[in-house]
Formats: sequence, C-alpha cells, structure tokens
Amino acid sequence: MASIKLRAKLAGDTTTVKALVSHPMETGMRKDKKTGKVIPANFIQEVICEHNGNAVMTALWGAAVSKNPYLSFKFKGAKKGETVKLSWSDNNGKSDSADVKVS
Amino acid sequence: MTSIKRRTLLKGTVAAGIISSAGLLIPKQVLAKWPSSAFEAKDVETAITGVAGSSEMSDSTDIAIKAPDIAENGAVVPVSITSGMSDIESISIIAAKNGNPLAASFILGKGAEGFVSTRIKMGKTSDVVAVVKAGGKLYTAKKEVKVTIGGCGG
Repeated sequence: MASIKLRAKLAGDTTTVKALVSHPMETGMRKDKKTGKVIPANFIQEVICEHNGNAVMTALWGAAVSKNPYLSFKFKGAKKGETVKLSWSDNNGKSDSADVKVS
Repeated sequence: MTSIKRRTLLKGTVAAGIISSAGLLIPKQVLAKWPSSAFEAKDVETAITGVAGSSEMSDSTDIAIKAPDIAENGAVVPVSITSGMSDIESISIIAAKNGNPLAASFILGKGAEGFVSTRIKMGKTSDVVAVVKAGGKLYTAKKEVKVTIGGCGG
C-alpha cells in the first residue's frame, strides 16, 4: 500500500525530510450529511521516522492534523544513499511504512 | 452546518472525554506513547501538561511560527515552527480555540534540528501556540491566525 510519499534531501550536513501521507484524518466529530450519523474517528496517532534504525523524529498527532497530512523536519548526521524510514499508525491500529534513500 | 447540533455534539464528546480520562487516571498507566489525556484535553493548559509534563512556560523570541495571517480554509492551515535552541526535546503545536487544542507534538531525536512543518485544522480564528521543550524547560510563542471558514465541522 503506497500511502506515503517520502523524500529525504541532503543539503550541506542537514537532511530535510518531507512526507505526504494519504489518510482521511476523521475527527470523529463530523456528521455524514446524508445519514446524519457521526463519521467515526480515524486519524493517524503516531508517525516515526528512523535513520539507520534510530528514531530521529516521533510525531504524535491528534485529529486536528489536516486530511492527507504533510510533514517536514530536518536532521543532521545522514549521508547520501543512507535510508530514512517513515511509518505511521492510526487509532484503528492500521499502519504503513515507507523508506527512501537520502539524495 | 447547524451550529446548535454541533454544540450538542461537542457536549457529548466532552462527557465522553471526562469518563475516558477518569478511567485512565485510576490504574496509572505506563506512559503510553500516545498521550490521549493531552489530545482529549479541552483547555490549553491541560493539553500542554499532558504532552510536556508541565505547563510552566516562558515566552521566547527564539521560536518562529510560520503560519498565514488569514487562513481561508480552516481545514488546511500550514504551520511551520523553527527554533534555534539547543537540546530541543519536543515541539508541540496547539490551536488555542479548537475543541481539543493540541494538534500535534513532535518528539525530536538525536541530530534533529529545531524545525517542524505540518498542516493543521482550525475551527475558528485563534492563536497558534508553539511549545518547545528544551533542556527540560518549556518555551512558548504564539501567532494569531484568522480563519474565514472553520475546518472542524462538516
């Protein structure tokens, strides 16, 4: 399942990681306009980004992160060709991961 | 969107939130990775305490919040936080007037720089508050974002 678009780009000694995840990010407070029923909450709670097996960034998200969430951060210490891995898990226990080589 | 319906809906979730958080308090859980008490908190202080362990903060000029002055669509408000502080442990983003103010918290590991960027939903015009935990202390900065269409309802 390719729910993640991931980029890691090295400039100087800083690697910028950008990720785009396709996920509905339902708050659990919205109602279906046709049926009037509440749409159950479905949102990513945790995103972990690893470089060489070390977690460089762990994001804890609430339902207030936008649909199809975007995420970017920077870290030092990676070299070109090394692998950056990003994985997410949501409140329903679903998860996915992707990895990319630093370019 | 009928705002009355929305109010009752919010009240319902408040009650549910209290029940579930009471349940959490009794058997002191091993600090779960995802701090539900912080994300379900209804006020900014509780949210910050839940995610950062304290709500004692000092204002800092070394935190830059990049967010639009006016967000046309509250469902997608791009927010970037940059800080030049050293030993940053975490950066949290809070939309002060959202039903659940805490939007996201980023725990930075070794080598990570004081920069995070994401997009959040905002129900109405309010301050976007950044809380940076560095060296065990909390620093904060805020920026007002005007929202013309709320992003928390349907």
